[in-house]
Amino acid sequence: MSGIELSAVQAVAKEWTEKLQAAGIDITSCYQCGKCTAGCPMAQSMDYSPRQIVRLLQLGLADDALRSRTIWMCASCETCATRCPRDVDVAKLMDLLRIEANRTGVAAVPEVPIFHKTFLESVERYGRVYEMELMMKFNMRTGKLFNNVDLGPKMMSKGKLHFMPPKADDGGAVKKLFERVRERKGN
Amino acid sequence: MRIAYYPGCSLDTTGVEFRLSTAYCANQLDLDLWEVPAWNCCGASSAHSTDQLLSLALPARNLAIAEKEGLDVAVPCAACYSRFKTVEAEVRQDEKVQQDVARVIDMDYRATNNTRSLLEVFVDQVGLDKIEAAVKKPLSGLKVACYYGCYLVRPPKLGHFDRAEDPESMDQLIAKLGGTPVDWPHKTECCGAGMITLSPEDGLPLTYEILRAAQLCGADCLATACPMCLMNLDLHQESVNKKYKADFNLPVFYFTELMALTFGAEPKEIGLDKHFVNSLPLLAGIGKKETA
Ligand code: SF4
Ligand code: SF4
Ligand code: SF4
Ligand code: SF4
Repeated sequence: MSGIELSAVQAVAKEWTEKLQAAGIDITSCYQCGKCTAGCPMAQSMDYSPRQIVRLLQLGLADDALRSRTIWMCASCETCATRCPRDVDVAKLMDLLRIEANRTGVAAVPEVPIFHKTFLESVERYGRVYEMELMMKFNMRTGKLFNNVDLGPKMMSKGKLHFMPPKADDGGAVKKLFERVRERKGN
Repeated sequence: MRIAYYPGCSLDTTGVEFRLSTAYCANQLDLDLWEVPAWNCCGASSAHSTDQLLSLALPARNLAIAEKEGLDVAVPCAACYSRFKTVEAEVRQDEKVQQDVARVIDMDYRATNNTRSLLEVFVDQVGLDKIEAAVKKPLSGLKVACYYGCYLVRPPKLGHFDRAEDPESMDQLIAKLGGTPVDWPHKTECCGAGMITLSPEDGLPLTYEILRAAQLCGADCLATACPMCLMNLDLHQESVNKKYKADFNLPVFYFTELMALTFGAEPKEIGLDKHFVNSLPLLAGIGKKETA
């Protein structure tokens, strides 16, 4: 009988522990009490609970965490980060996992990163969010209507959505800000 | 009192009544709001789910403009406020972050000024006494469930102005306006933010629980400080009713709207007609005992 090869997962565990430590998150201090999950408002919509996400990373199973539905169901409500008795910033951990899943193209719920991408394009272009265009582009890109079909028309009926983009004369400052962020990442 | 003012995108669109009522209250209370010129979106959850540096730089540009004027920044939207507080903390803690951010925004920024939620500005800086003195039409015991949501109070390490688990600033304010703040357990429960729009089956249960708790505790209405909370509780109340065969009819206000009403504003001039749950029948009862 052959033994189980664990060196690969150990390497992943080490890699993530260090990466997260640099961001101020120490997953080795998590003692799996589950308080983060107990207070998480989105837990019922997740495949892995927040506690399990931390466990996956401790065990070197980062790939499962990155491919989880959990990270996209997280509402960033900060309840877990507020209550963790070991001061593990689970909310920020979710952010970092989303960034990585997005970068490597393994997002389990692609609509969410598509929404973020479309949102940021609007901010880059106008300095602010142009909601009408955001909704239309999002619908086109995901091939589905904003699930809440009545959102747009209802908002329009109250004169809350504008047919013209927002205007703020920042002298191109926000566009340059986006460019500098991209330069830094070297892409 | 003078303070820089960052309205944020929502206050020009889905939250326009927050802007109108804020302006009304500031005017009544001699609060001079200096709107950050050519302010930009804070990037919201889209930025912090995409790129850390971007999520710091977008709010920082606004903060830097105010810092140059030597002013703190008042932020009405709880979501924007939380992004601003995060940047402030990270820039103060870490010199490398400070330098990276300054380079990307091409401005010096050292976080010597403070971000303040608009609720904090009114309650702690303008002061409850001054607010009480400006009340002409008290809320006449209107029962209000104060809903703080997530970002006014969490995470506590950012140094917020109120307690993380049982905040009370808005409750104190409502009491000074002549209302009765109800004691209820969902003050800081999350409403699911954008989830309701992206995936209603995952988001609606959260909104349902908040409305249910408010109703069970005897509230006539809710008060909030976040355009997203308001949209979820107000616009989507109809969808909640449909899904849960419920009959909630709970108006949802920005706290500034309730302030403005007691100061004598007409509902229309502060945009109350832009809500989806009609609040006018409920408001017919306020201002009954005139203050002497
Ligand atoms: S609350 Fe903290 S210690 Fe407890 S399981 Fe969650 S992350 Fe681990
Ligand atoms: S931040 Fe995300 S994981 Fe943490 S409690 Fe909120 S929804 Fe759950
Ligand atoms: S969070 Fe929303 S309201 Fe605040 S600036 Fe960004 S888009 Fe605008
Ligand atoms: S309650 Fe909802 S909208 Fe309000 S701050 Fe929390 S998640 Fe955002």
